Amino acid sequence: MIRLHKNVALSDSGYVFDPATGESYTLNPIGLEIVQMLRQNMTDDEIQGRILDRYQVDASSLERYYMDFIGSLVQFELADNE
Amino acid sequence: MEKLPFERPFIKKVSTGLPAKFGSKKRIEVIPDIEGIPVSHLMADYGSPLFVLSESTIRKTIREARSAFSTRYPKVQFAWSYKTNYLDAVCRIFHQEGSWAEVVSAFEYEKAILNGVPGTRIIFNGPEKSPSILEKAIMNNSLIHIDHFDELYALMELSRKLERKPRVAIRINLDAGIYPQWDRFGFNFENGEAWEAINRILLSGLFDLAGLHTHIGTYITTPSAYRTATAKLASLMVEIQHKYNHTIGYIDVGGGFASKNTLRGSYLQGYDAAPSFDEYADAITSALINSQIKPEHLPLLILETGRALVDDAGSLLTTVSANKRLSNGHRAVIIDAGVNLLFTAFWYDHNVAPTTMNTDNTEETTIYGPLCMNIDVIRPAVILPPVKKGDHLVIQRVGAYNMTQWLQFISMRPSVVLIDINNKPHIIRKAETVETIRQQEQIPEHLQ
Ligand SMILES: Cc1ncc(COP(=O)(O)O)c(C=O)c1O
Repeated sequence: MIRLHKNVALSDSGYVFDPATGESYTLNPIGLEIVQMLRQNMTDDEIQGRILDRYQVDASSLERYYMDFIGSLVQFELADNE
Repeated sequence: MEKLPFERPFIKKVSTGLPAKFGSKKRIEVIPDIEGIPVSHLMADYGSPLFVLSESTIRKTIREARSAFSTRYPKVQFAWSYKTNYLDAVCRIFHQEGSWAEVVSAFEYEKAILNGVPGTRIIFNGPEKSPSILEKAIMNNSLIHIDHFDELYALMELSRKLERKPRVAIRINLDAGIYPQWDRFGFNFENGEAWEAINRILLSGLFDLAGLHTHIGTYITTPSAYRTATAKLASLMVEIQHKYNHTIGYIDVGGGFASKNTLRGSYLQGYDAAPSFDEYADAITSALINSQIKPEHLPLLILETGRALVDDAGSLLTTVSANKRLSNGHRAVIIDAGVNLLFTAFWYDHNVAPTTMNTDNTEETTIYGPLCMNIDVIRPAVILPPVKKGDHLVIQRVGAYNMTQWLQFISMRPSVVLIDINNKPHIIRKAETVETIRQQEQIPEHLQ
């Protein structure tokens, strides 16, 4: 289960600010959608299901890119993989 | 409902403080086609990776260079530097455009002859010329550029043996105010060695001393270095005239003009840093015109320009084979062409362009080749849209030195396609196959 850190600030345009480190980030639109879903405590499967419904991508490619993206969030210490 | 196009999700750190070297929002160039042929079609027809050369660009560039010089000086001759790209089709384009051949080995010499270049229009440079190829060059009346005293004595012997007067020049190394000074080649100007060689040549009576040659280095971004070098050769020419009443027919200032590639790690983009042909031409021709050479003795000016004439015409088309996140969070992509094909990746930050771009988002990416080695880096940090496996990337300005210095290492060398002036593609070098490589091998009986 991926948990986004609580005080990470997120704008509708995909701008992310982490008050813990003072770093800021930008997300592309799909990245933003995923982070918003994480914020609603949706599970990995729910999130990927939602993306598969909306975008032209197959499940195995999506899973690869999704895990990679989550890896970046963890690496930037914006989320924990529990 | 119609599904939306998918882009790989990503997050990118916003750097604060000093702007990145590339500025905040550098426009990314997109290259969907080469001379009107879609990159995807070229790769479908000829494979990936693929070298593509544009005949129009080659012709346009050599004409531009020629006109820069011939509008400033009455007698100009380009000689195509074979080592830069000796695919026969490429050489023949230059020869059609009026260029002679500049070669540095028996192999290149034979290639020039097979390309129909008359022996008298072949300039033979280089520190290693065997007696047999020298003999051939003498019989063909080629211009032999003597590199060192051992070669001078070898030529004296051949001249006596063949009872011919070889047409020669000497290669001169000199201080043109740039570093490094290429003093490994030829006779030194400043310490009097070049003058000594000239005296031995002319006193022997065995030679026709036709020219003086220098090649001050490569990717020279200071035209004034050529002014200095040309002025030094001109002063020697005047001394020769004065002492021997012998008129030197040509001055050959070699190659070395910078191409529009960006040197690795350089802050200035090559496009801004590289002087124009006009700037080089101005420096060289004004040094000749302002010298003490009498107007009726003005020599033919020979240029052996290599990279600046062909770099822009070549592209390497590649396919993304994988996408990675490195342990430090940086992005990386692996493509199907490595430094074994793109030797110039060691010196240049080649421009790498996607073939489509339907996003505003970009990220800094390192591009690796497929070799199992740490050195296989095509570009350390390049700004790209998020690319996926199977996407195509076009590496620009690869026409010089790659199709001659490429290595058959781990994989085989791909096809080279020339797109002619009517935008029709032609294979000018077939992709190697396992058979191409195996043909050269022999298996001793006890291992069969
Ligand atoms: C003698 C000589 N002439 C011409 C060239 C071509 O140089 P460039 O490609 O820098 O123009 C070279 C390259 O090293 C050379 O050694």
